[in-house]
Amino acid sequence: MRYLPLTDADRRAMLQAIGVGSLDSLYRDVPEGVRLKAPVELPRHMGELEVEREFEAFASGNLGTASVPSFLGAGAYRHHIPASVDHLIQRGEFLTSYTPYQPEVSQGTLQYLFEFQTQVALITGMEVANASMYDGASASAEAVAMANRLTQRKKAILSGGLHPHYREICVTRGRWGDFETVLAPPDPRGGEELASMIDDKTSCVVVASPSFFGHLRDYSALANACHAKGALLVVAVGEVVSLGLVKPPGEMGADIVAAEGQSIGIPLSFGGPYLGLFAAREKFVRQMPGRLCGETVDAEGRRGWVLTLSTREQHIRREKATSNICTNSSLCALAFTIHLSLLGEAGLTRLAALNHANAVELAERLAAVKGVEVLNKAFFNEVTLKLPKPAAEVVEALAARRILGGVPLSRFYPESPALADLMLVAATEMNTEAEIEALAEALEEVL
Amino acid sequence: MLKFTQDHEWIRLEADGSATVGITQYAQEQLGDVVFVELPALGKEVAKGGDAAVVESVKAASEVYAPASGKVVAVNDKLTSEPALVNSSPMAEGWFFKLDLKDKGELASLMDEAAYGKFCEGLH
Amino acid sequence: MDLSQDRKSRPTLAGGPALPPSISGNRGLQIEEPLIFEQGQEGRTGVDLPEPRRSAERLGAMRRAGKIGLPGLSEPQVVRHYTRLSQKNYGIDSGLYPLGSCTMKHNPRLNEKVARLAGLADLHPLQPVSTVKGALALIDQLAHWLKTLTGMPAVALSPGAGAHGELCGMIAIRAALEARGERARRRVLVPESAHGTNPATGAECGFTIEAIPANARGRVDLAAFKQKLGPDVAALMVTNPNTCGLFEPDMVELAAHLHESGAYFYCDGANFNAIVGRVRPGDLGIDCMHINLHKTFSTPHGGGGPGSGPVVFSAALAPFAPLPWIVHGADGLRLVEHAEAAGAGSKPFGRLKGFHGQMGMFIRALAYMMSHGADGLAQVAADAVLNANYLLARLGDVLTPAFAGPCMHEALFDDRFLKDSGVSTLDFAKAMIDEGFHPMTMYFPLVVHGALLMEPTETESKESLDQFIAVVRGLAERAKQPGSAEAFHGAPYFTPRRRLDETAAARKPVLRWRPPQPASRAAE
Repeated sequence: MRYLPLTDADRRAMLQAIGVGSLDSLYRDVPEGVRLKAPVELPRHMGELEVEREFEAFASGNLGTASVPSFLGAGAYRHHIPASVDHLIQRGEFLTSYTPYQPEVSQGTLQYLFEFQTQVALITGMEVANASMYDGASASAEAVAMANRLTQRKKAILSGGLHPHYREICVTRGRWGDFETVLAPPDPRGGEELASMIDDKTSCVVVASPSFFGHLRDYSALANACHAKGALLVVAVGEVVSLGLVKPPGEMGADIVAAEGQSIGIPLSFGGPYLGLFAAREKFVRQMPGRLCGETVDAEGRRGWVLTLSTREQHIRREKATSNICTNSSLCALAFTIHLSLLGEAGLTRLAALNHANAVELAERLAAVKGVEVLNKAFFNEVTLKLPKPAAEVVEALAARRILGGVPLSRFYPESPALADLMLVAATEMNTEAEIEALAEALEEVL
Repeated sequence: MLKFTQDHEWIRLEADGSATVGITQYAQEQLGDVVFVELPALGKEVAKGGDAAVVESVKAASEVYAPASGKVVAVNDKLTSEPALVNSSPMAEGWFFKLDLKDKGELASLMDEAAYGKFCEGLH
Repeated sequence: MDLSQDRKSRPTLAGGPALPPSISGNRGLQIEEPLIFEQGQEGRTGVDLPEPRRSAERLGAMRRAGKIGLPGLSEPQVVRHYTRLSQKNYGIDSGLYPLGSCTMKHNPRLNEKVARLAGLADLHPLQPVSTVKGALALIDQLAHWLKTLTGMPAVALSPGAGAHGELCGMIAIRAALEARGERARRRVLVPESAHGTNPATGAECGFTIEAIPANARGRVDLAAFKQKLGPDVAALMVTNPNTCGLFEPDMVELAAHLHESGAYFYCDGANFNAIVGRVRPGDLGIDCMHINLHKTFSTPHGGGGPGSGPVVFSAALAPFAPLPWIVHGADGLRLVEHAEAAGAGSKPFGRLKGFHGQMGMFIRALAYMMSHGADGLAQVAADAVLNANYLLARLGDVLTPAFAGPCMHEALFDDRFLKDSGVSTLDFAKAMIDEGFHPMTMYFPLVVHGALLMEPTETESKESLDQFIAVVRGLAERAKQPGSAEAFHGAPYFTPRRRLDETAAARKPVLRWRPPQPASRAAE
């Protein structure tokens, strides 16, 4: 077997050095009755070539977004990834290293995490950020838990414009972690008013920018309303490229930001692994979940980096930790950091402008299709369409024409007839004018 | 009057009737460099043996228990910016909080300095 | 012929005058590298993007007003920067990485290759299900392997890492108790030797945590466990093989007692590598177990994630598994994303993660499993155990083993061998770095004083273990010589950075770069 270096001669010599006759005696603590006498019923080992064939077969059973016009968003976006990103993250020193608990041999990881934390703080307009979390959805649930700790309250108000998965995760964590979640109804037209729901038991209000339905809104007044009642404003960002063009949460008075970083450097990969971004006000840092990298000096006085404020974390605090989280999403954070370093100020701004311009074109072209209404006035790169028939049927009909046209809202809210005719469509820098025209024409046919 | 607990807190009755609480020289040595202190809220009621504060070094976080029951009437805010005071002056400048004691009689069960010194020797 | 060159082909050995520090601060291949923020110039970029085709704007009043503050760098600068950073890291590709309880094994590049295939890497999670049949088949195949290897009837794949899997399992236990109307069961028993994630997870689900001690042999103390078991106990969380590297011989009995009293048995599968293909945890009577795909099934650790933590369930807990999942229907595989579609008898406790879990990690893990096959995986466990016992046997006379007898996949030592030497476990580990090895896990598990926990994994050759053994033996002998402590205190010497001041970092946290204050403003 190509991954196992020991030869039978090695094994014999090692057993002899150990002083046992057989491997079985090393398993002597395992009750005889539960030791398997024969291999489990699964295929035998395979060479590289055979394994590749298996996976090519899996891949050929799918319609990849790279092969057809695709306008899918709803929390995961197809963007171009510069070639050097994937090259660099596959360097073995990055790919095959552990969490940087030994800083002397992990300065590479620690320095990029410090750069990552800085980049996240800058684009969100917040003071500090952590070294990343599983994804944007679970990060928002962590944000609610953090707001509960900070305010010593146990009720979170979840906007109807928040991604339904983010909502479900917060509700799940609340139900089994003993805090309350109040769900505003889904808000496809972007007109909800949450300030009146805040009371002196509210720990936080969680909103999304842009909203799940694509709307851009200024939450500054809502932030004030929260603060007036001693509550916090949590802003979730599902499409981070928007931050190149759109007012960041930090400028709207957000206290905590939870974002999905997939759009910068990370492939769609059917939904994961992605990258949770988590930022907050500096004064809240000791209640933050997850790893933090900090600057310090070494024994010779040279600048270096370490993981810090670890007493918040489970390996020290055990049942009193801020979170049970042990892992971040380091390699995805590296991809994000490299991509954002390549983009820089000019590149991110341009990328965001390209996305927005394509989305404006898409929205205007589709609004011209008979029977289609665009529900958004202000948006970034995604809009909600109202169709004259159930969106799920339309999406299937478009797929039959080899166009991945959008995400039907019924995928998230199957029980809601009011949302059945709605569809999310997104445009990124990947979409050409011809693709937009192809979608519009196909829609004209299927409606 | 200065008394000590088995959890290495000290408590001193002051002239004004309040009681000052901190951690001992032995405790700060065991903890190593203190990097953060979480102090109780003013006005908080604490029970004897209950959680009152947290003291953190790089690799450990320890609860500081109330040596006696009472209400928190003062906290040493200086520790927030200068946690190192706990190391350099545990028995004086590095104090944690002051209590308005509920029952001074609770102190009777605690160790005096000599008894505490013996207790620590026994831990080696 | 050019005779002006220095034609001397052999280096002069040291012994001359002490070298002055280098002008650059660099030390040969160790190159000082500033932050990207200290390298940027306005007007530089590492991407060439077209002008937007049109400028009409529909942002409302939501345009960002000020600059973001990101630096501008060209592609060659970025590539060089991150290449230099990578050279300050140690990876499994660099050498033996004996971190106990972390299972740092070789990461096959085939797994990386197949994860990047068109038709997998470019799949959107919300495509019509009719366009992702291959992806569902892949996930279903992974589920089949995991269920077969563990002997458990169901698996939830969505948790994003091991600790997330623990959360998944413990919530399922709480949901099952609630369905039985037993809300009062809130005590969870956790051995003292457990990973910190176990008690943290239990607390996060509203349970109160009670520690149970280890016996003198490093296993769960059965008598202490029985004493603590009662009608208010919800679950026991046990890592098996445990964090001392030992198999818990009483698993079956623990399970029987728990089930008899109405409680559930959570098994932490962090150390599954020692028994994969040789023991099915389901045969031990557990109710759920998370599997760290980044340990046993070799998805790369990547400097700290992304991980993946599927959870296998017993029949008792399976109905409570979180969404989404895949079912076999009359017309093929079906993706269930909502409780309404979950079918009779299912009571999903909710959702833990966006979309469908860590697909990229599923692909890598399945490629690893298929490469080994049933036969190869049993050999993986055997070689992992053999390698660890070889270390234990060859180091047992110079170090002090924490417990007698053979170990499973990792060898645990305490610090008695350093007694009176003035050298600590930390010093010893740092000295390993100068010898070209990553240190072992230190000071964990907590139940052993000054613990040194070594997990070589099955992907180390005997030659590499012999080199490691020679170094550890040499250092142990050196540590015992009088007057050697000081040299140990200073280690490591040959790394890009020496020991770092963690106290300073924690007292005044600097968590991000900030632009230097202009001189005029700094003077104000």
